Amino acid sequence: MLATTSDYKLEMREDVLVVHPNGNWTIAQAADLEGRLSKDVAALSYRHVDFDMTEIKELDTAGAYLLARAIRYGMTPAESWDVCTGSNGHKTLMNVATSSVLGHEPEPRRQWYDAFAKVGEASVRIWNETVETLAFLGQLFVVMAKVIAQPKRLRWRAIINLIESVGLDAVPIVMVLSFFIGAVIAYMGANLLASFGASVFMVDLVGFAVLRELAVIITAILLAGRSDSAFTASLGAMKMRQEIDAMKVMGLDTFEVLVVPRAIACVVVMPILTFLAMMSGLLGGLIVAWVTADITPILFLNRLNTAVGIENLWVGLVKTPVFGLIIAIIGCRQGLAVTGSVESLGQRTTTSVVQAIFAVIIVNAIFAILFFQMGV
Amino acid sequence: MASDPIIDLSAPPMRAVGIRTQFGPNVIHENLNFTVNQGEIVGLVGGSGTGKSVLMNTMLGLKEPEGGHVEYFGQNRNDLTTQARMVINNKMGVLFQGGALFSSMTVRENIMAPMREHTDISSGLMRELADMKIHMVGLPPESAVLYPSDLSGGMKKRAGLARALALDPKLLFLDEPTAGLDPVGANAFDELILGLREAMDLTVLMVTHDLDSLYLICDRIAVLVDKHIPIADSLQAVSQYNHPWVREYFGGPRSRAATRAIENNEQKSEIERKG
Repeated sequence: MLATTSDYKLEMREDVLVVHPNGNWTIAQAADLEGRLSKDVAALSYRHVDFDMTEIKELDTAGAYLLARAIRYGMTPAESWDVCTGSNGHKTLMNVATSSVLGHEPEPRRQWYDAFAKVGEASVRIWNETVETLAFLGQLFVVMAKVIAQPKRLRWRAIINLIESVGLDAVPIVMVLSFFIGAVIAYMGANLLASFGASVFMVDLVGFAVLRELAVIITAILLAGRSDSAFTASLGAMKMRQEIDAMKVMGLDTFEVLVVPRAIACVVVMPILTFLAMMSGLLGGLIVAWVTADITPILFLNRLNTAVGIENLWVGLVKTPVFGLIIAIIGCRQGLAVTGSVESLGQRTTTSVVQAIFAVIIVNAIFAILFFQMGV
Repeated sequence: MASDPIIDLSAPPMRAVGIRTQFGPNVIHENLNFTVNQGEIVGLVGGSGTGKSVLMNTMLGLKEPEGGHVEYFGQNRNDLTTQARMVINNKMGVLFQGGALFSSMTVRENIMAPMREHTDISSGLMRELADMKIHMVGLPPESAVLYPSDLSGGMKKRAGLARALALDPKLLFLDEPTAGLDPVGANAFDELILGLREAMDLTVLMVTHDLDSLYLICDRIAVLVDKHIPIADSLQAVSQYNHPWVREYFGGPRSRAATRAIENNEQKSEIERKG
């Protein structure tokens, strides 16, 4: 079959315009045909349009729509139209095309002052998010108090499962990461302190850094990335599939069923994970000190005991339940805030991780100020 | 495109030849033969779990059968070049069960998406064509700028249909188009399919459980029982077919009610014609 060309002829019979389209008028040819017909008829004046479909091979809605433009695009829009020769199908198609109602135009492009509006919106949103997160925290405390009054209502099975997935499964990654952090800190110290001939202070450096800050922060950030996103995604998916609604209808308190176990799991797991991170960070430092500066493990541990002391371990650990709680709350709140669309799930998950890491770092800074003032 | 040498429009648009589908040791279809002819509306029925949707996915090309092959316009699907496959794919429109609209796009953008991928028409015309499709499926013009999450179930189906029609397909697949719609909406949807068939010269394959749809709009009904399609014929012939499941299906109370309703309708229209 030869490729057919798509074209048309226009013919004026007094105040009637006759359009003779030929060839294929389908969406595949629409790009070529678009604009031509409406340009050609713009200078003509007529009151009625006749379509002669004898030459047409194939017509679809896109083609019919382009043909129908002949009706509207004359000097004045035509009052009537007809398919003078053509099948019933052609007529139906033309009917469909002419009767279509166009929706309104999409909103205009962005304006320059939108930037300011955006800043304003973001400020309001930050405030709202803070307030809502705090409200969520308050609600959690209320429900928690109720649950503690009736410990039977605690969902132990869920808590144990969560402790496994949030805690146990995270042990390898947390330990490996903090091992390398400890090693890197020791290397930093090895270079710097060797030039003063004070290599043994490497132990102080590793001890203070790992115990007070790094192990805690690394664990919290990992938990935020791993579990907080998982909380948001799973609660969000439950919300989207109306599981949360189903729970509410059954008279279950979503807070008690979903949020409390997660909060408890995080609060329990966070100190344990941090302790493991501390130990593996110290081990990393110890090995590097041994290899680079000939500080034997015995010497390392003695120095650690005298110079750093156990209180720094407690300073680090005391912060961890707070971080666990923050992570659980932000993850659950964002998950429950998911609406129907898939997009909001992704958006909420991102927000949740960002907020959790942000909150952890801010609260950690507040702790640092607090401990400094207290002199520990 | 009739001008396209690849497609022979006189051949049946779609044919399944000796299809065997299995998941592990679990055989779903065995030696299944089935033809959809040009311009007809075929209803595919079968009990739950008989693999209607799987068969549809196989026919669509979303799944390769473990045995046998699928023909489009008389040609084995596996022998088609990538380009020919593309051309044929653009001739097919699918309405998935849940609508499967892209949730990050408005209804209009959803309909424009296939046009944007496969044609080079201006975005202005694309928008107008999309709005025409929205009108064709009976959605109000305001719905063009709504997101799928703002639509009701019935509206989602209509929007999904509008997207399926975006490139003016020759072959339309409908997976349970009226499931979850109220009777009024379901009726309107049936009428819509009939109207579109007339206007756009469509061939339709629909998986459905809706007896009213079967009675009202299907030219032929294909019954999927015992892992194959033993009969695909007019309602009359199918309801006489001697198989326990088929007899139960078409002899059940729901089916009888649907028949009665249709007969009543016919009588009424006859009276009107006479009067």
